[in-house]
This record gives sequence, C-alpha cells and structure tokens, in this order.
Amino acid sequence: MGEEYALEVRNLNAWYGVRQSPFGGKARKHVLHDISFHIGRQEILGLVGESGCGKSTLCKVILGMLNTYEGEVIHYTKRPQVVFQDPFGSLNPAKKVGWILEEPLRLAGGMDKEARRRRVEEMLEAVGLPAEFRNRRPQELSGGQRQRVSIAAALIAGSKLIIADEPVSALDVTVQAQILDLLLRLQKEFGLSILFISHDLNVVYQVCERVLVMKKGRIVEQGDIDDIYDHPQEAYTKELLDAALDFENDEAEISDTVRL
Amino acid sequence: MKRWNYSLLAGCILSGAVLALALVGQFWTPYDPTAMDASVRNAAPSLAHLCGTDNFGRDIFSRIMNGAFTTCFVAICTVLIGAVGGTLVGAVTGYFGGPLDNVVMRVNDVLLSFPSVLLALVLVSLMGPGTANIIAALGILFIPSFARIVRGEYLRLKNQDFVWSARIMGAGNLRIMFVHILPNLFVSMLTTAAVGFNNAVLAEASMSYLGLGVQPPETSLGRMLYEAQTYLFNAPWYAIFPGVTIIIIVLGFSLISEGLRERESRG
Repeated sequence: MGEEYALEVRNLNAWYGVRQSPFGGKARKHVLHDISFHIGRQEILGLVGESGCGKSTLCKVILGMLNTYEGEVIHYTKRPQVVFQDPFGSLNPAKKVGWILEEPLRLAGGMDKEARRRRVEEMLEAVGLPAEFRNRRPQELSGGQRQRVSIAAALIAGSKLIIADEPVSALDVTVQAQILDLLLRLQKEFGLSILFISHDLNVVYQVCERVLVMKKGRIVEQGDIDDIYDHPQEAYTKELLDAALDFENDEAEISDTVRL
Repeated sequence: MKRWNYSLLAGCILSGAVLALALVGQFWTPYDPTAMDASVRNAAPSLAHLCGTDNFGRDIFSRIMNGAFTTCFVAICTVLIGAVGGTLVGAVTGYFGGPLDNVVMRVNDVLLSFPSVLLALVLVSLMGPGTANIIAALGILFIPSFARIVRGEYLRLKNQDFVWSARIMGAGNLRIMFVHILPNLFVSMLTTAAVGFNNAVLAEASMSYLGLGVQPPETSLGRMLYEAQTYLFNAPWYAIFPGVTIIIIVLGFSLISEGLRERESRG
C-alpha cells in the first residue's frame, strides 16, 4: 500500500484540553471521532465541512501540531508541509522573502549559500514571481503574492505532500482562480499529493477528484467528487451543496442586475 | 505625504548633542577636569569658564563633559544588562509557559512592585559603592521590566502561523525563539531601551547624589549635584548646569521613545 498512498489515517480520535478553573485540572473536549481515510499518491483530496467541524484540527494532527490524539497517522512520504489560510500571518514579517524561502533548505542542510540562492530563484519562478522578490519583505506583497511565497516555501525542500488549509479563502475571486491554477500546475509538475481543505464546495469541485465531507468531527461521506456533487447521500451534504448553489445563483442575479 | 517625525528628530538632536559632548570630553576638555585653581574658586560663568568653577576652582563645563560620559556609560551598561537578561528570561518564560513561567513572573512582579532605586540602594550598600557595583545593581534590577515586555511579545507571537510553519519545517525551539521570533521585537525593544536608559540616568544620578554611586576622583552628573549642594547659595551654577544636562538627556530620550512609538503606530 505504501506505493499507492501518500498518507493514511486510521481510527483517529483527538481531544483538546480545556482548562475549567484556575485550580482544577484540564477537561478533554473530544473533537475528532474515529476518522479514517487516505490520500493517494499524486491525488488532490478535498476536505469540506462548515467552520468548527474539525477540519483544522485534523490538519493540525497530521502536521504534528496537536499531540492529544489516539489512532494512527502514517506518512509514506517526507514530512508534509503546510499552506495556511491567512497570507498575512504565515510569513515572518521581520524577514525578507529570500530568507524565508531559504530557511527550509538551511534546516535540511547540505546546500551552500550559492546553491540555496539559485534554488530560491528557481522556486520563485515556479510559483510565478520574479527573482527580485527575494529582496522584498512580506509587508510589500499582496495577499496572492504572499500565498505564492507560502506555496514556494512548502515545496522548496522537496516535500511531496502538502496540507492546504483553506489556501484561497482569504483571497478575492480573481486571485483565488490564479492560485488554484498554480496549485494544479505545480501538482502535475512536481507530482504532489495535496489535502485541500475548504468550506467552499465550488472551490473543491474545481481542483479535487475525491472529497471527504466532515460534520461535527466525523467523516459523514466520502467518494468521487462528481458522485457526491450529483447524488449526495447525506442530508448534510445536500445542505452544503444547496448553500454553495444558492450563493452562485445570488451572484448570477447580481450580475444580471448590473448588466441591465 | 511623508510627515516629519518631530519628536524623533528633536530627541535625536538633544541627546545626540549631549552624547557628542560626552564623547569629545574623553579626548579633549577646555580645562583639565581635575586641575584645581585657588584663584578662581566658585567663579561665576564667564567666557573663560562657560559654566563657572566649583569650590576647588575646577572648570564645571569640563567636569560636565566627563560626568555626562560616566552617567551615560552607566546607563548604557545598565540597559544592556537589563535587555540581554530580560530577553532571555522573557523569551524562555513566554515561549515555554507552564509552571516555570508562573514562578518567574511572580518573582518579577515582586521586584517590579518596589521602586528600583530603593532595591539598588540595598544592593549597593551590601556590595559597597563604586561604578561597577552600581552598574551591576541597576542592571539586575532592570531585568524584570524588559522580561515582562519580551514575555508579552513571545506570548503573542509563539502561535502565529509563521512560527508554526517554522516548526513544521523542522526548526528547533532555540532557533525559533532567537532567529524567527526575536527580530520581530526590534521596535518594542528599542522603545523600551530608550525609556530604560532614562530611568537608568535618573537612578545613577540619585544613587550618586546619595554618595553611593561613582566615587571621586571620577565624576558623574549625580556626583556633581551631591558636591554642589553645600554651595547652592554662593555658587548656584555648580548645581544648575549638571542638573540641566540631566534634564536634556532625559528629555531627549523621552522624545526618541515617543517618536519611535508614533512611527510604529503610523506603520
């Protein structure tokens, strides 16, 4: 199975410690219930659900940001890397883009300064940014440009598994489309496996082949994206779909009005 | 439109002027600051002696140049000790948290609740007066105020996404604390250091005024005030000019820290 899977999660249960009083111990809040799934090699797996359903917690467990869990998380590739939602919090404001991109290479070791610099320039080009962005600070970049830098930082050390936690949710629609295109292109170019987390079914539909639907810490439905889109089995999935479609219809109406 | 930051500019001019005088005083002074001249005892300010002379006929302007250097030297060393110590304590407690954080911060609160000059007095009377001892005592007592600010910044920054990315890339805690997070504290450290510098100048002046600080033949601004109090009525310039110098230093650094804060809030 190791050849086909990039990541496998088996019977995962996770908790948060909640402090009840200054003197008492911590109570546990059960947030993930018996989660099992896998991500195939070179697959983009969608993960949808409304906010608070445990998507981000699952992402934290996979990335090793949360240790209070039981069950198995099996990595078949190098350590996964992450692209966060908020492009304004995910890049160190005190450092230049070049430094931020070089850091994973420095940590990995084995490359001299010149080689790292060349690698950074290659990676900037791969995500569609000019090489002189090396000398810019994150504050000087737009949201979309920052997200490109985040993606470059996640890929630069050769990681093949990317956890994208709502990577386009903070961007406006035109920039969203550009970043999604970029992710799809890089996925083919580098042979990436991606766990694509989103609350927006429309976005997931554009990039994923297979999708997991989460509700209240459980996976309620999983399967081929077209099947789920056309024949949702769960009432909850229907609701999510209706919400997404409503939003689209609203937009259509608005643009009609503008045209008149 | 770029607006001039007048506080920062004025502060830099005021404190820069005093610091320049103090530095020049290390190589050249109009008169030898320790040379006594019985013919001009307690002379009023004149063209020959800009700030007058003291009870031994020593040139007060020359002595101010030397005294300001000592005062600033003590203040800079104090702030350095406080900043380095405070950064270490604040970074470790803020970043790791837990019981250690609780214990260290309660000790911090106790130290902060006493006026630092009072505690420094206790320390110096145990260790004995002298420039090195006053630096040590004040430096240690300046650690808590820095530690508190640094801890707050670490608490704010340690769960930001960019720190998590660094962890996920495999950076160790020490590297995250001092290479990833610390550079983000530059502005707040600078502001704190400017305020701390002022407090150190005033603390040194108070301690030397009480006779516990800098000892003769060395001099400092506080030491000069101490010596001047006997002659307050026949030679008021002896007290006025060192006092004014202290005011200029403190005013200058207050303006600098205000200017920095203003610049930060304007972005």
